[in-house]
Amino acid sequence: MIDKRVANADVAVTGLEDGMTVLFGGFGLSGIPENAIAAVRKRGTRNLTCVSNNAGVDGFGLGLLLETRQVKKMISSYVGENAEFERLMLSGELEVELIPQGTLAERCRAAGAGIPAFYTPAGYGTEVAEGKEVRVFNGKPHLLEHAFDASFAFVKAWKADPAGNLVFRGTARNFNPLMAMAGKITVAEVEEIVPLGSLDPNHIHVPGIFVHRLFQGEHYEKRIENRTVRPRP
Amino acid sequence: MALDKNGIAQRIAQELRDGWYVNLGIGIPTLVANYIPQGINVEFQSENGILGMGPFPWEGEEDPDLINAGKQTITALPGAAFFDSALSFGMIRAQKVQLTVLGAMEVSDNGDIANWKIPGKMVKGMGGAMDLVASAENIIVAMQHTNPKGESKLLSACTLPITGVGCVKKVVTELAVLDIDPERGFVLLERAPGVSVEEIVAKTAGRLVVNGEIPEMKL
Repeated sequence: MIDKRVANADVAVTGLEDGMTVLFGGFGLSGIPENAIAAVRKRGTRNLTCVSNNAGVDGFGLGLLLETRQVKKMISSYVGENAEFERLMLSGELEVELIPQGTLAERCRAAGAGIPAFYTPAGYGTEVAEGKEVRVFNGKPHLLEHAFDASFAFVKAWKADPAGNLVFRGTARNFNPLMAMAGKITVAEVEEIVPLGSLDPNHIHVPGIFVHRLFQGEHYEKRIENRTVRPRP
Repeated sequence: MALDKNGIAQRIAQELRDGWYVNLGIGIPTLVANYIPQGINVEFQSENGILGMGPFPWEGEEDPDLINAGKQTITALPGAAFFDSALSFGMIRAQKVQLTVLGAMEVSDNGDIANWKIPGKMVKGMGGAMDLVASAENIIVAMQHTNPKGESKLLSACTLPITGVGCVKKVVTELAVLDIDPERGFVLLERAPGVSVEEIVAKTAGRLVVNGEIPEMKL
């Protein structure tokens, strides 16, 4: 067994430097690496290019790194619900690149699967297509999109064993497995590290080969962005 | 009388067929799930990574690890499956999802759709909409016939930045059900109860085909 455990979040972000491209797992506030975000903030690394489907909310998630101006550029598919983000974007303090969600996912997957580029129909004929190679397959135009090249990936899983095998829960899985695959250094934080042998190998979502550093997170808030309920009958 | 949002959703629900996997967008499309016809089994996909999405949870049973693409708390029905975002858009691009219902700001009479960006306003992003419209075989747009200024949203060409090209098959508004035939334009199929063909003609800016007697929707 190759033990992937490190002492804590601060150790896990060692080597993160100004100007790097970093992947952050999560969809909305679900499945975001809360502890790694806090450690990056504490480390004070600046001019980061952050790839994440969303940009958090004011005061939580990636909103915490926007607040401290550590982010130079966001690459996302949807960035609503964040006043500070809007302010930084409109004042030109933050660069934003919006890309289709499926393309974002596949650019991560490709990076982790040794595929440098791929064709997808998403965005053909739109602003997203500007400057991109178009090729027709089966009569349908597709855009050439490239795999991400990211120094770090920060992901959050539900459980892991010391070998870094990851298991996710519910829709908190989202981009996390793909970003885990894509990072040159992948840091996984989990709610619980369970003893070696207690995870069924049939039920592993991400094998530990993709995980370089693993730690058990603390004080998860797991905020709900849009609480929607049925009244009890 | 023009339909309300629930009426639009109810009419779209009549398009559901047994055994279909369906992706519902945010807004009116979400309401379609409330009107599944009896005897029809469909399964809802949400692109953040679930098939077999159920209704909102009971109060007190919300789970932060269980949300839909609108970030709303949801439930998972028996037989549901979770998956990552690449697999989710894989099944969308590979056309495993039989019906996609989404909202729009504008639709053109050749099936272009604009629903992600208004120049001069804060742009939030396209989310999964561009992937969905580029790949889905069967796209129904649920929207109001006109914008708040009273201008038609059914145009000969979209004025806003488009989300996808020549992809919309059908439009259901508070006034009408229309097919899109890229050769001929909007084809009027049904009108809302009590709504006249003249009103629909007046509020449709793109090419509109009206053939013979147009029946009222049955809700």
